[in-house]
Amino acid sequence: MRANDTSRLAFQSIRRYPLRTSMLLLAIAIGVAAVVLLTAVGEGARRYVTGEFAALGTHLLVVLPGKAETAGGAAGMLIGATARDLTLDDAAAILRSSRVTKIAPVVVGTGNASWRQRQREITVLGTTFEMLDVQHWRMQLGQFLPQIDMDVSSPVCVMGNGVRHEFFDGANPIGEWLRIGDTRCRVIGVLAQAGVTGPFDTDELVILPVASAQALFNAAGVFRILAEAVSRESMPAAQRDIIEIITARHQGEEDITVVTQDAVLSTFDTIFGMITTALGGIAAVSLLVAGILIMNVMLVAVSQRTQEIGLLKALGAKQTEILLLFVTEAVYLSVFGAVLGLTLGNAGTFAMRTLFPAIDFRAPTWAMAAAVFIAVISGLLFGILPANRAARLDPVQALAGR
Amino acid sequence: MMRLEQVCRDFQVGDQVVHALDHVDLVIQAGEYISVMGPSGSGKSTLLNLLGLLDRPTSGTYWLSDKDVSALGDSELAEQRQRNIGFIFQSFHLLPRLSALENVELPLVLAGAPPKERRARAREVLDAVGLSARLDHRPDQLSGGERQRVAIGRAIVMRPGVLLADEPTGNLDSKSGDEVIEIIEQLNRDGISLLVVTHDPDIGGRARRHLVMHDGRIVGDERTGLQ
Ligand SMILES: Nc1ncnc2c1ncn2[C@@H]1O[C@H](COP(=O)(O)OP(=O)(O)OP(=O)(O)O)[C@@H](O)[C@H]1O
Ligand SMILES: [Mg+2]
Repeated sequence: MRANDTSRLAFQSIRRYPLRTSMLLLAIAIGVAAVVLLTAVGEGARRYVTGEFAALGTHLLVVLPGKAETAGGAAGMLIGATARDLTLDDAAAILRSSRVTKIAPVVVGTGNASWRQRQREITVLGTTFEMLDVQHWRMQLGQFLPQIDMDVSSPVCVMGNGVRHEFFDGANPIGEWLRIGDTRCRVIGVLAQAGVTGPFDTDELVILPVASAQALFNAAGVFRILAEAVSRESMPAAQRDIIEIITARHQGEEDITVVTQDAVLSTFDTIFGMITTALGGIAAVSLLVAGILIMNVMLVAVSQRTQEIGLLKALGAKQTEILLLFVTEAVYLSVFGAVLGLTLGNAGTFAMRTLFPAIDFRAPTWAMAAAVFIAVISGLLFGILPANRAARLDPVQALAGR
Repeated sequence: MMRLEQVCRDFQVGDQVVHALDHVDLVIQAGEYISVMGPSGSGKSTLLNLLGLLDRPTSGTYWLSDKDVSALGDSELAEQRQRNIGFIFQSFHLLPRLSALENVELPLVLAGAPPKERRARAREVLDAVGLSARLDHRPDQLSGGERQRVAIGRAIVMRPGVLLADEPTGNLDSKSGDEVIEIIEQLNRDGISLLVVTHDPDIGGRARRHLVMHDGRIVGDERTGLQ
């Protein structure tokens, strides 16, 4: 048989059975589109989160008391083992490194806050005015903590937007006195709403000067110290400086952990990489489902096709020629289905990007390639297998449609 | 030209064996006109299928033009069918998506003939079966008799030596049946060997040689003189 006759006959039978053809195309297209959409969601979320973290300030180092057992960011997320506390003096000492531009010590605890009749347990964060820059927070009302020495306490506080609404509803809280535990503080500012940025949910915080917070919790140490390096490149050197300075201050014992944001970022990268892979797995399952659908469509059509194969054999077609005919047909169908699926999937991700411009939904190339590959292979396989069975029959059997 | 020696065709149905052909010996010369009759289930179709290489014998030997074809592989069998055999089915077996012309062309397409040549040949053949006005009609746009004539065209387009017809008029009214018979008799007069399976004694009577089958055996083989 001539090549263009083969391709013409294959194309004719595609047109001849519109229901079977459209179901097959649909099955393949849905499988491919599912892969594109699911991996686009995973990738988009991953890039969104990494992007958000990067926006927080890429030069951030976090100093924790205690030596983490394993290197890497994940351990840094845990509270270090009991060790010598970090102090405000340690924080001040870190600033001696020429590679550190800003530091912000952090004390965290919970306290009972009240204003008039309202009261509630809240998270109290003790820090310095530098924190505003270090965390890239913005103010909604008033101002942030005053520029006073770290060890000086002051009866003022800044609150998150959520706290403000709970205590003051819509009213202006600036100048009001909030009671926290045994002390009172005057509200001087409200943070702009930002949700969870970094480790804190700023909406639900009350922020005090670090010395005031230490007094409130009766603590001498600090929970952690945030340090901003002069540049991204100087981060490893800054990290070494910090360890060196603190080790010297702690009688030669290296009992701190310095986590860079890179480590945090790469942890998130890993996690989201895994999520993307998991979504890819789900997508693979949807491809498998599509494959089974393809198989069913093919099997339903097979008795009809079996007769046709019997006739072709009776007219002198060889087994190999019939197979070639079906391979050609399956190639047409699965390639067309895959292209359709890619188009649908990418239209879908385009729609998602339009609806949620904040997130860059885009399927990775590998996922699209794998989707097309698997779709074409399963289309071929399930297109050819039944035909192969029929092509082996003697013409009488095939003509009888058995 | 065609010779069967002790040919059997058994079918396994459950744990029973049906002897559809039971040690059949038969010699058919070139140009013969043979009718095959017998009760339903006597093995007529099975015999025709074997002769047409659509089926294989369980045992025995089939010589086609002095070549033993009982144990050929798939591609050799395909070539033999293509070159030597024309087959007409009771239910036509046309491809519904193809026009009359394309259906007739199909064996030439499978044989890899160049488009121009095969188109001309297919027209010629459709002309011979009286369908030159129906070239572009699809099977569902043709009457039963016309469909069977397309099928005849397709069977003879490769100029085979033998034309095998299994109840070719079974699905037709008597008028179109007669037309079909006249066409294949004309082909026989032009030299093709013709075997017709039929239940119709009138049609069977027109052949020059009459085979009668019963229980998988040929129980009658008579010749009449010129009709
Ligand atoms: N594929 C098959 N499987 C099992 N048995 C079969 C098969 N084909 C034919 N037979 C049996 O073989 C015997 C002969 O069948 P065949 O079709 O040759 O009869 P026939 O003479 O053509 O009958 P009819 O006049 O009804 O067409 C029957 O008993 C039939 O049941
Ligand atoms: Mg029969």
